[in-house]
Amino acid sequence: MSETLLKVRDLRVSFGRRPGPPWRRATTREFVAVDGVSLDVGPDETVGLVGESGSGKTTVARAVVGLVRPDSGTVTVDGHRLGPVGQRPAALQRAVQMVFQDPRSSLNPRMTVAAIVGEAWRTHPVSAPAGDRTAALHRLLDDVGLDASVARQHAGELSGGQCQRVSIARALAVKPRLLVCDEAVSALDVSVQAQILRLLVDLRASHRLSMLFISHDLGVVHQIADRIAVMRSGVLVEQGPAGEVLVAPRHEYTQALVGAALELNTES
Amino acid sequence: MSDMLELVGLVVDLPGPGGAVRVVDGVSFDIPPATTVGLIGESGSGKTMTANAIIGLLPDGATTGGALCWRGDDLLRVDRRRRRRVRGREIAMIFQDPLAALNPTQTIARQVGEILRRDGLDRDEVRRRVVDLLDRAGIPEPARRLNNYPHEFSGGMRQRAMIALALAGNPALLLADEPTTALDVTVQARILRLLRTIQESEGLAMLLVSHDLRVVAHVAHQVVVMYAGRVAERGPTATVLRRPAHPYTRALVDSVPAIRTRTALAHPLPGTPATPANRPAGCAFHPRCPLARERCRTEQPAVRSVAPDHWTACHFAEEIADRV
Repeated sequence: MSETLLKVRDLRVSFGRRPGPPWRRATTREFVAVDGVSLDVGPDETVGLVGESGSGKTTVARAVVGLVRPDSGTVTVDGHRLGPVGQRPAALQRAVQMVFQDPRSSLNPRMTVAAIVGEAWRTHPVSAPAGDRTAALHRLLDDVGLDASVARQHAGELSGGQCQRVSIARALAVKPRLLVCDEAVSALDVSVQAQILRLLVDLRASHRLSMLFISHDLGVVHQIADRIAVMRSGVLVEQGPAGEVLVAPRHEYTQALVGAALELNTES
Repeated sequence: MSDMLELVGLVVDLPGPGGAVRVVDGVSFDIPPATTVGLIGESGSGKTMTANAIIGLLPDGATTGGALCWRGDDLLRVDRRRRRRVRGREIAMIFQDPLAALNPTQTIARQVGEILRRDGLDRDEVRRRVVDLLDRAGIPEPARRLNNYPHEFSGGMRQRAMIALALAGNPALLLADEPTTALDVTVQARILRLLRTIQESEGLAMLLVSHDLRVVAHVAHQVVVMYAGRVAERGPTATVLRRPAHPYTRALVDSVPAIRTRTALAHPLPGTPATPANRPAGCAFHPRCPLARERCRTEQPAVRSVAPDHWTACHFAEEIADRV
């Protein structure tokens, strides 16, 4: 096993190139969303990826889980190269799971919680429990702090925080190695946000997870990340241990970002 | 006649599938002149409905109670003419999403100048005033941006345009509902600085509605904390944030993720915010409260004073300092 779990090398992703008929000129200009990003996530490590909107942090996440096809560069997990979703071997697809920002749009409101988790097990039968599935489901719900009775409820009946717990349970159901969280707590109320962050920290230890944690909120990222990478206009401008990047940022953009972030005890 | 808005036991009922729901339940506080009041709460706390009741933009079928005292009138009881006169000219509002609040088919100048044209100013005068308003809202080279449409502005510039629009009627009170929630951090800091500058230089009263304690701490002189449609605590911002007199405020302060320390995850509140449709009996916060006991389950706490200008709706506020 290699030292790093996830290895991103020279990733470049662009949008807007339309492979239309050759006699028609392309109407849209190419937009380079990610321009040569290299990033490592070690085993049991959480890397926070921060940046403002349009910086390309979500595109990096989507390339890692295979939802966008990079122009060039490689994404490897445990030394195995990852292709687009659907073309990657089941074992690798299983190893990388994602939790999205808005659980209300990423979960089908008409499916029960049991069906949502069951679907994950059907897609990856290797990870499905051998014995009693109901007992396994209840254990999984307990892991994410949900009552067993939630299993019979539809996703549409749950609160935002409960939905996000279900999203996490669905991801954990297939026993991933890497969890990619894209603004996973940004849409939640402050008091619920703290609960979900706490849950992710606890699960990371109990399930030996690595995490790529994406957020625009520096405070949120600092609560969870071991290392922080800062993106701007598709480029990584700085990365390092969380404490160093936030307390003594080197790059002027990081300094501006930290300077603009609001703290509670402002004297002014 | 005073330029102080007084909310006296404001009640807002909205029709729901299972009967009327009391989304604002007896809310009282003042917005003194030249003062920024921060209204803080999570989803379902009733903070936006309170602001909408003040500006008179409640949804159809809403019924109200209590009083909104403004310049000798109760805004809940004045006729439609007076209401329309107040809206925009005496009390103006800035919304969260400027792209949704601005008309995409009209130029910035046309929208900002609408209220001035209504006042019968001639074209040149309207133009001159619009340029001045855009300038005050921090839009660079305002004369060249007059014929731009909202989609040609960035998010931060659109919010500045909306601030200019709100100032056009020369209001005495400005309501800002989550004015920076849709913006990036660096832009957010600039817009908040602008709001504070405008509030100070024009001597405006401002109600800043936000879910983000950090935003309110940055701008507001006084803060009102709402939970499930009721006031949990109110007082001077520094006092409320340093020595909260309600366990809910205490928990909110503790769960703010700080940039330089890792403390937000120490004791997260259990459960989810109570909603007005499903409000627990007694103190609405009791199912999540670390101090809760029998009395909290049965008796709704009255809002009482714990220090000059500092009010709480907690039976056991005096114990909070000891516990944490």
